[in-house]
Amino acid sequence: MRVALFLTCVNDTLYPDTGRAVVRLLTRLGVEVDFPMGQTCCGQAHYNTGYRHEAEPLARRFAEVFGGYDAVVTPSASCGAMVRELYPRMGERARAEGRGDSLARTVAPVVAKTYELTEFLVDVVGVTDVGAWYPHRVTYHPTCHGLRALGLGDRPRRLLEAVRGLELVELPGAEECCGFGGTFAVKNAAVSAAMGADKVRNAGSTGAEVLCAGDNSCLMHIGGTLSRLGADMRPVHIAEILASTEEEPAL
Amino acid sequence: MSGTFVGMPAFPEAARDAVGNPTLRGNLRHATHTIRAKRDRAVAELADWAQLREAGRRIKDHTLRHLDRYLEQLEASVTAAGGTVHWAADAEEANRIVTRLVKETGESEVVKVKSMATQEIGLNEALEAAGVRAYETDLAELIVQLGHDRPSHILVPAIHRNRGEIRDIFTREMGSWGRPAPEGLTDRPADLAEAARVHLREKFLRAKVGVSGANFMVAETGTLVVVESEGNGRMCLTLPETLISVVGIEKIVPTWRDLEVFLQTLPRSSTAERMNPYTSTWTGTTDEDGPRAFHLVLLDNGRTDTLADQVGRQALRCIRCSACLNVCPVYERAGGHAYGSVYPGPIGAILTPQLRGTASEIDASLPYASSLCGACYEACPVAIDIPEVLVHLRERVVQGGPAVRRGNKVVLRPAKGHAAERAAMRAAGWAFAHPGALRTGQRLASRSRRLHPRTLPGPGRAWTGSRDLPAVPAEPFRDWWQRTRGGKDAK
Repeated sequence: MRVALFLTCVNDTLYPDTGRAVVRLLTRLGVEVDFPMGQTCCGQAHYNTGYRHEAEPLARRFAEVFGGYDAVVTPSASCGAMVRELYPRMGERARAEGRGDSLARTVAPVVAKTYELTEFLVDVVGVTDVGAWYPHRVTYHPTCHGLRALGLGDRPRRLLEAVRGLELVELPGAEECCGFGGTFAVKNAAVSAAMGADKVRNAGSTGAEVLCAGDNSCLMHIGGTLSRLGADMRPVHIAEILASTEEEPAL
Repeated sequence: MSGTFVGMPAFPEAARDAVGNPTLRGNLRHATHTIRAKRDRAVAELADWAQLREAGRRIKDHTLRHLDRYLEQLEASVTAAGGTVHWAADAEEANRIVTRLVKETGESEVVKVKSMATQEIGLNEALEAAGVRAYETDLAELIVQLGHDRPSHILVPAIHRNRGEIRDIFTREMGSWGRPAPEGLTDRPADLAEAARVHLREKFLRAKVGVSGANFMVAETGTLVVVESEGNGRMCLTLPETLISVVGIEKIVPTWRDLEVFLQTLPRSSTAERMNPYTSTWTGTTDEDGPRAFHLVLLDNGRTDTLADQVGRQALRCIRCSACLNVCPVYERAGGHAYGSVYPGPIGAILTPQLRGTASEIDASLPYASSLCGACYEACPVAIDIPEVLVHLRERVVQGGPAVRRGNKVVLRPAKGHAAERAAMRAAGWAFAHPGALRTGQRLASRSRRLHPRTLPGPGRAWTGSRDLPAVPAEPFRDWWQRTRGGKDAK
């Protein structure tokens, strides 16, 4: 099986450790993963801010870059949801606007084989115990697009529960949005910050050392809030926890 | 807080004020979290909730697709049952019709059933200008009216008030509207309710004209339906001699059987009850029972224009349950007034810019009043994909495009104030189409990382005002991948 890593532009630029963790994790599980260098951005920020037409060339590029693989794995639920949920919708809109089937037909094959990381592990590789070791107290924030758009359900939780040494503690109000929301974070900064502060307060009440999620853009917002408030808690992407072993522990 | 919504600041500014108000935050948090938990339980009781939701969606979509036919059927049914149907293209026309009808009775006051449509058109203000006093009789609407306030929630318009504030409003204001509040009124819910009951009873017994909206109109029989909790609505619907109902044209259902679905989903979604305490239905007029004259004012006010929009039309499925408000993290913190309309929360953010257009600053800011978390869509009992419509309306704001306004096809111009964003989006689009350029930018960011400031100037302050920036890594992932051949070589 030819598997491609779609890392996302945010992770590529700001969170390379997450990418390295995915590569290490998948390699350990016997999945050979490639990183096609032509990849850039899925176009989510464009689409969600109202620039659908600017997102279309990025959708076509995505289909072209990843078309030759059997599966595409991404450590971002929101970018995964962009591909899976919104690429087909963009195709439908183009058709409704009398611009033909070209976009819909171009994106269709790649939509069906794109997986968020925890989905890929549980549904495609068929594992929940990935052999990880992470001796920390962890609370998990299910990000909105993972929870409600992709329907990841208990997959991340099952993976975390199987990690040796990890103590998983319940996050109060877990299903509430952290307040990131892409451009929302700056367009409605006051509300976004208030949501972030509430999320951080709830996380703090668990006594966890680590706040884990499957999306670094949410973690950028939560982490930036934690850091500004001087909270003693680290934001960590789930891939980095799952990649951690006794031989090669994550920080 | 008195007055109208006209001249409201854009959503982010209004929301910032609300976020900084601890009393408001506390009131809203308590109320929304309580109802949220109750609704979850009420919905979980029904094994066929998903099917009911889908049935509701389909009934509404079918009705909207054939709205012309069902409206004519309704008009014929209402007329045959002894009612009179009036058509109002906009708020002004509706207000003119209602004012004339009241004037023709010779009365100078009316009692009102809680109604969103009459709030939407500003009927109370229009009647006031014509010398007619309109008394709100829903408890929460009464609190809002006595407080010279504006509604901040669809179902519980005084959700932003706590018991102490309500006691103060009653004590201060009731006397100038009618029977004063009793001496030494406490803030116990039972005492507050009793004060309202006594105050309102006098108005019910005196009023000759009632004004209502409706939750549903059944096309096959011409029956109107109001669901409520207090029974005050039924007083207004049955005691006066003349009843005038102002109803949005999208409130039609084809048959009585269709009510079976909504009378299950509406109460569970709104008050988290299995069944609401009072469901009143009436069909035209009946000899020696209830009002002798019944007028139905069918209100368009932007609905036909909304129906013309392929993506946006799903907003017309709304049954005004307010489940989306109660689950919305933005509403919980911004409060209802920030939305600048009688329709606050997620549904308001998609309904108002369609009914009123996006020409004003507040209306153009509403599609952005969401983190697109999707909690509203999940809770909606008629499956309105609110995030989808929000994004669609953002596109309309920044790019303009075809729309229908007052029945005419128009091409909207992009809203002002998005030029810098548009340029940035285009530049990003270009960089993402040229991986080499993207890489150059990434390397530049990495190499200059020690020079990055902790706080940003200009628009970047919106981020760094409350959050630290992430540290930029020494090298982007793609450089590591190439350097180590995907980790096969040394780290």
